[in-house]
Amino acid sequence: MSVLNISTNPISSDIDIDNVVLRYGKGDNAVLALDGISFHVERNEFCVIVGPSGCGKSSLLYLIAGLEDRTAGMIKVGGKPVTEPGPDRGMVFQAYTLFPWLTVAQNVEYGPKRKGIAPAARKDIVNHFLTEVGLAKFANHYPSQLSGGMKQRVAIARALANDPEVLLMDEPFGALDSQTRHSMQKLLLKVWDHTKKTVLFVTHDIDEAILLADRVFVMSGRPGQIKKEIRVDIPRPRSMDLVMEPDFIAMKREILELLKNDEDDDH
Amino acid sequence: MSDQSLLKSIRTPFRALPRGLAVTLSILVWVLVIVGWFALTYSGAVKEMFLPRPEAVFMTTIKMAADGSLWEHMLASVQVVLIGFVVSSLVAVPLGLTMGTYRIVQAFLDPLVNFIRYLPVTSFVPLFILWIGIGIEQRVAVIIFGIFFQQLVMIADSARSVPRDLVNAAYTLGTRRVDTVFHIVLPATLPNVLDVLRVTMGWAWTYLVVAELVAARSGLGYISLKAMRGFQVDVIFMAIAMIGILGLFTDQLFRIVRRVAAPWAN
Repeated sequence: MSVLNISTNPISSDIDIDNVVLRYGKGDNAVLALDGISFHVERNEFCVIVGPSGCGKSSLLYLIAGLEDRTAGMIKVGGKPVTEPGPDRGMVFQAYTLFPWLTVAQNVEYGPKRKGIAPAARKDIVNHFLTEVGLAKFANHYPSQLSGGMKQRVAIARALANDPEVLLMDEPFGALDSQTRHSMQKLLLKVWDHTKKTVLFVTHDIDEAILLADRVFVMSGRPGQIKKEIRVDIPRPRSMDLVMEPDFIAMKREILELLKNDEDDDH
Repeated sequence: MSDQSLLKSIRTPFRALPRGLAVTLSILVWVLVIVGWFALTYSGAVKEMFLPRPEAVFMTTIKMAADGSLWEHMLASVQVVLIGFVVSSLVAVPLGLTMGTYRIVQAFLDPLVNFIRYLPVTSFVPLFILWIGIGIEQRVAVIIFGIFFQQLVMIADSARSVPRDLVNAAYTLGTRRVDTVFHIVLPATLPNVLDVLRVTMGWAWTYLVVAELVAARSGLGYISLKAMRGFQVDVIFMAIAMIGILGLFTDQLFRIVRRVAAPWAN
């Protein structure tokens, strides 16, 4: 059955970033946004990039999605070089990007429809992922009738319904209040556990980074570089109570220190 | 609601009004206009030659409706407006959306469109008469010339304001670049486009009357001109009222279309 396929046999790929450079503008006005970024995200791995605002972490995600063009370097997803955007790289944006003219169900159905999946199978997919994010009851609502947290849950369902090889998430919970953010993090961990998609998640929230990640990449301010890679060996499933644990706090302190050094460098 | 809180709410900017009060006010304004009209004419403050009595206009309307001449002229006007409006919109909507979406189309058309947009339509009426005569084509041409470039600019503007991340999200979901205009820009701007059409429909009526005043043998503008020559002020007033009523009607029609076609935007 198709629904079973979705949850038990998902496609997933690795991400390979090699010496990526991003420069905006030309001549004296040129700004070096990313300077020689290299890292590898394994298949089924959940990696998080933290960094100060303006460090180019979102731009990096846009480069992987193919929504912007890199100045130099190579990006490969599943071994294929990235040249333009495609449905193999799903993305959840910080801004609300649900299509306002489509209902919740039609939004989730959008990707599968583009792929030419038959209506009956599409319906199964929509039901499956709306149930997964707990919004089956809201299938016929328009996005304007939903709260911010619900919109992002639909956005996650919409990205996953398209069965991408990797899921890119650009501060998807940045605009939400802390209560909602926590429940979204919990939901995301649950959904990720079910689908085991490769996830690359960008945030400036250190708690969020440690809670979610297998590995955290700490970025420096402009020009953006990877300062350090930290492996989070806290066993899963994880809960919000972690933030009180000594391991967690030690890790948080280390990241804070790294980001603080960066601020000092600026002065 | 107590009198106290009602008083407070009507003095608060942007605060919603109780429905009953809103309806009462929209009726009241018409009552005032008509009462004022009666007062001006019956008091003798304005001569009947310049401002006819309300019942005279009413009687003229009944008479012309009965002998069919009102419908004939109304139909002539509606026909010209509709042809001009539909032809203009059929080209302006797709072209405007493309112009707002693709910078190359914009760069090519913008200088020309913005030049023509500021030319007074009325100055082209003699040229149109010279080129295409005084038939219906000439009036249609005046309407198209009057609204097409305005529609184009406003529709291109609303296409340009579609959030970039909405388009980006569509790409990551497998939308091809060539499909962006049809799959994303058109539905995203639909409420705006319908508003542009609604507003320019009103302008179409303005240009219609301009065209009919100059060269026509039928239509509401034409009978106004003829009435002026015969000092039939009541007929002029009737023609104006009819255009207003038709305008009100089409406006409501567009609002209904918008509600049905873009229910998400309410």
